[in-house]
Amino acid sequence: MKSVEEIKAAIEAAVPGAGVEIQVNPSVSGQHSLRLAPSHAVQVATFLRDDPEMALDFLSNATGVDWPDKEIAEKVKVTRTVTKTVDGVEQSVEETVEETKKRVAPGCLEAVYHLFSMTKGHGPVVIRMKTVNRTDQVELPSLTPVWRSAEFQEREIFDLFGIVFKGHPDLRRLLMWDEFKDHPMRRDYVEPDDFEYEPTAHDEVLKRALEDRAALAAAEAGATVAAGAAAGAEGAGAR
Amino acid sequence: MVDEGLKIELGKQGVFVTTIEELYNWGRRSSIWPMQFGLACCAIEMIATTMARYDLARFGAEVFRPSPRQADMMIISGTVTKKMAPQVVRLYNQMAEPKYVIAMGACAISGGPFKQGYNVLKGIDRYIPVDVHIPGCPPRPEALIHAFMTLQKKIDGQHLTGEGRPRHLDANAPGEFPVPVQGEHDLEPRSNGLVWPLPAIKA
Repeated sequence: MKSVEEIKAAIEAAVPGAGVEIQVNPSVSGQHSLRLAPSHAVQVATFLRDDPEMALDFLSNATGVDWPDKEIAEKVKVTRTVTKTVDGVEQSVEETVEETKKRVAPGCLEAVYHLFSMTKGHGPVVIRMKTVNRTDQVELPSLTPVWRSAEFQEREIFDLFGIVFKGHPDLRRLLMWDEFKDHPMRRDYVEPDDFEYEPTAHDEVLKRALEDRAALAAAEAGATVAAGAAAGAEGAGAR
Repeated sequence: MVDEGLKIELGKQGVFVTTIEELYNWGRRSSIWPMQFGLACCAIEMIATTMARYDLARFGAEVFRPSPRQADMMIISGTVTKKMAPQVVRLYNQMAEPKYVIAMGACAISGGPFKQGYNVLKGIDRYIPVDVHIPGCPPRPEALIHAFMTLQKKIDGQHLTGEGRPRHLDANAPGEFPVPVQGEHDLEPRSNGLVWPLPAIKA
């Protein structure tokens, strides 16, 4: 099979302006992947499938990755002028100081596809696409029109990660119910707090359980007060 | 009540003495038809229990009914996901009284190995009354048969009148259990307080 660089060159020759980048995998496997620009992804995918040399006719796996916002602390050397008293004389001296700068690298969502060729017997070729962010611009082109086997897997990615696939024939939640609003595979998903009602609760679980009980009791008291008020009003109306 | 020893003695003489209660409970316990309903891998063990080697037919429970209207017992055989839970409660509501529930396996009784999953109900007893819980992952067919015999003993011990009478003879007992609604984040409500009061926390 062609190397990633050769595949990239072939794609760029076939689809002008494809914007393919190589994502290097530094591990022993050395399974490098190709990052596609969402705007040209369908064209590139069609090329990979139909090109007689590549003939990637089998999509074995499609999955998602969540990249949350990341705070990066960097040490930067800064040169600045400082007024100092040297030998009883005031002088301005240049000094190099190390400063820690923090910046937030914006997160995104990623879809990863593993492709094989049944006719050629080679693979995998890994292609990826990234969304702009992970809140409002989470759209990617669907590859279901190219590989039919992406249909359910893209639905699952939509369900669990919240990537919206444009051009998907039937984009509904696959595992969770339709009314569900969250995306459970995202790193910042908080699952419903209903799993520990053990009589032997301890530490963090005990604290949470007690808080939960207090909240339940407060809600019940509120409901009782409201019901009492309603009954009172009814009584007044009857009189 | 007839003395047990006297009853046996009379039986030897060819005289059969019984009570309506005994006869009624014998009839109930000897033909409990389960619902043909499997949820996960426990269902495979449930199927094995009905086959020739373990032969659940010996206990009068060989007829698995595909309709809840014709079934007496529901075996919750497997993981109940939050997506499936409303359907399970609805099926239970559709069964005719008297009806029983066996929660089979770790998942059905507590969520089991998937307890900390966002999508798994932590025990079906949060929504419907369970008669027998069997631990195991999955329980062996012998365990299911044991649960079945436990249920039969429970039925045998029931009195037809008075405080602890079965639900179908008590006009005030609840006949239908609220079906949880699939909300935006979780099932609502998270449990039915009538069948599953929140356990006490020992601080």
